[in-house]
Amino acid sequence: MTQMKDRTMIELENVSKSFTLHNQGGASIPVMSGATLRVAPGECVALFGPSGTGKSTLMRMIYGNYLADDGRITVGTTDVARAAPREILALRRDVLGYVSQFLRVVPRVSTLDVVAEPLITLGTDAQAARDRARGLLTRLNIPEHLWPLSPTTFSGGEQQRVNIARGFAHDYPALLLDEPTASLDATNGAVVLSLIEEAKARGAAIVGIFHDAEARAQVCDREVDVGRFTPVAA
Amino acid sequence: MTPLLDVRAITKTYGARIGCKDVGFTLWPGEVMGIVGESGSGKSTLLGCLAGHLAPDTGEVLFDTRIDGPRDTLTMSEAERRMLARTDWAFVHQNARDGLRMGVSAGGNVGERLMAVGARNYGNIRARAEDWLDRVEITADRMDDRPGAFSGGMQQRLQIARNLVTGPRLVFMDEPTGGLDVSVQARLLDLLRGLVRQMGLSAVIVTHDLAVVRLLADRLMVMKDGHVVEQGLTDQVLDDPQHGYTQLLVSSVLQV
Repeated sequence: MTQMKDRTMIELENVSKSFTLHNQGGASIPVMSGATLRVAPGECVALFGPSGTGKSTLMRMIYGNYLADDGRITVGTTDVARAAPREILALRRDVLGYVSQFLRVVPRVSTLDVVAEPLITLGTDAQAARDRARGLLTRLNIPEHLWPLSPTTFSGGEQQRVNIARGFAHDYPALLLDEPTASLDATNGAVVLSLIEEAKARGAAIVGIFHDAEARAQVCDREVDVGRFTPVAA
Repeated sequence: MTPLLDVRAITKTYGARIGCKDVGFTLWPGEVMGIVGESGSGKSTLLGCLAGHLAPDTGEVLFDTRIDGPRDTLTMSEAERRMLARTDWAFVHQNARDGLRMGVSAGGNVGERLMAVGARNYGNIRARAEDWLDRVEITADRMDDRPGAFSGGMQQRLQIARNLVTGPRLVFMDEPTGGLDVSVQARLLDLLRGLVRQMGLSAVIVTHDLAVVRLLADRLMVMKDGHVVEQGLTDQVLDDPQHGYTQLLVSSVLQV
């Protein structure tokens, strides 16, 4: 473990970001400056701060969903801030998982296949991928009669659990978790926390946003106040 | 690895008017590229130039052929280009009628593509046509009907079957869901997404519908007045657009 912690899986150095609204007089809104963060394999770091401080923005930049204006973002061996689209796609396929708060899927794909898809994309045999998906859906208490159905019609909590199952289907070396326990009851919340602990034990580097203080205390090794990266108003 | 398609500095003008100007990109095997922009932005002109339907004024379209590696399709002989169009390429038109033979049965429409690449055994051709009709959710009992008897959504699915039956490596699509009802669009998108993933297809999709590219495209190119104003990962361009025009496009979509 000590050896693992000497390495860095996710690293941000002096990252800054602003949004320029071209259709609103070209207003430029700085949202982040000097963001610096290192996460080692096996470590879980919680981002905290009041809403609007840029927790999700930071996470989206690590995922390559938002562009960074300046600074360096490295995940594994990929320089996310400078990588070509296909390098980011490869990173997301193999290395970097992301459990967002919303499930965005094509309406007709079954829940089982939604969960198995990340593994199938990686070339895992379909049978093995579906077995893994069944295991995760069972652990997350999604009733079996729902598996052949599309999750688009499920309740918010069910969708979130499907999203989590999908995010944990492949053993990603790095994971981003945006409020993974937000709308879950105690039982399912506990399942998610144990999935996170297992991911840490196998060496995953995790960055998460957890509003639930107990959950944060249980799985996170450190907390980072994102407010420190909020640009000072000029 | 070699890009499947390497497009360099394509410019096409219509007299003094710019169709598309200095467009370049590379497409890798298995990647789906979306091209969005409003009518007149040059996206269909560009697609036409890539697929060999229009002759650009300047530029190169290098396609990684199976036998000879990258070749500029613009300088190929017409016969070579036609062969490509029958084998490694497919073109899905917005209007299914432009991509189908309306006087031939559904099964015939699919079988014809197979015959064009040398299939001769009637039983095999019919079996493969039936398999493909099934994949695009057209039941076997409609196999001998002509496309004119089909709904718009079915015609479009038939066009897709006709195009994909020969196992192409690159598919060009021009507004594949245009003119269809929203529910029919969703079904078609779903089907396309599944087929693209299963077959490991590369595709270039022109559309003005951002929801279509969000679901189908890995990468996105935004065109305005014949120029590419922005390109990148699809979700990045849609969620964090950098150019004023893209910001306008994204913010103009009605949320439901």
